[in-house]
Amino acid sequence: MLKKIFVLFLLTVTGVALWQSFRHAPFGENRVGDVENPETVSAFYLKHSPETLHTANSVTAIVVNFRGFDTLGEVTVLFLAATGLASILYRRKEDEEEEGGHLPVRVKLKSSTLVRTGAKILFPLILLLGIYVFVHGHLTPGGGFQGGAIIATGFLLMFITYKRFNVNHKIMVWLESLSGLAFVLIGLYGLVAYGSFLQNIPWTGRLNDLISGGLIPLIYIFIGIKVATELTNVLDTLMNTKPRKK
Amino acid sequence: MNSFQEVFIRYRELMEIAVYGVAILLILIGLYAVLTKKHLVKVVIGLSIMDAGVNLLFVGVGYITNHTAPIFSPGYEDAADKMVDPVPQALVLTAIVIGFAVTALALSLVIRLYRHHKTANIEQLNSLRW
Repeated sequence: MLKKIFVLFLLTVTGVALWQSFRHAPFGENRVGDVENPETVSAFYLKHSPETLHTANSVTAIVVNFRGFDTLGEVTVLFLAATGLASILYRRKEDEEEEGGHLPVRVKLKSSTLVRTGAKILFPLILLLGIYVFVHGHLTPGGGFQGGAIIATGFLLMFITYKRFNVNHKIMVWLESLSGLAFVLIGLYGLVAYGSFLQNIPWTGRLNDLISGGLIPLIYIFIGIKVATELTNVLDTLMNTKPRKK
Repeated sequence: MNSFQEVFIRYRELMEIAVYGVAILLILIGLYAVLTKKHLVKVVIGLSIMDAGVNLLFVGVGYITNHTAPIFSPGYEDAADKMVDPVPQALVLTAIVIGFAVTALALSLVIRLYRHHKTANIEQLNSLRW
């Protein structure tokens, strides 16, 4: 009873504090300021994303170019999460044999013909949509993370439809490592050629062209591949986790 | 003050309550789940809901009334002064990915605990209690 009262008290205090502090930032107020003579960092980004970088999607310009180093850290966190998950859920071969069988018990029942045929048709289309989203990350809403997540949902569909569907771990690991390495190498190229890590090349093309924004589409394609393989690995690990037999 | 302005101000207040209120409500629901639920999976779900609330709050702060998405599509090349703040959106993109990583790691720890103790109820996980 006392605990309930304490929890309610804590929730009220948190809610009132949050509400009171956000009363000072009215909803829908223009806090960006003048874009032509930028005084805030948002206005600076909005001015320089189309003018100097020729990148249509300014969120992409911020994530990949202005704050590219931050994104490298983010990709590293994702990589660490996937590795940590795999190592926490790791089981030795002997344990598995003791508990019988290599076949994961993820789905006990066979999926219906409708689901299996539908999944087969949808799978390449989902992959295509994912690739489209991360290739056009600098032009339309979307990008590497979103496209990678879409591709991972395609793999999830196959995992839950087919019992024996397995991804080739060797290819996955290689793709993941190579795309991560390519991201770092692009950053080092900027460091060597232009003097700062992840510096974009001066040639940035024309606004709204598919090949524009300098290195931004290239980096986002690598991020897309990396996120797709990492999420697929996470799904694979979680789907193949078996409950311990009594 | 004419009636149009009055309607506009009323609309803005309503939107403020709707967006900020829903976001803060989500944070509180998540906090409640984390504080009171006994099952560890429910605690992880609470963390996830809190995450969604914080992200919504953050994007809501960056919104500007009647402005469009910060994308310079054909026809909007000169509309930079008519766009919402892109910085919170970029930061929330990062936060979503980190949230995914946190949820995945937390779930794997829960699975591991369940494997070891045959239960995910925190009342029964008393091997560290004295």
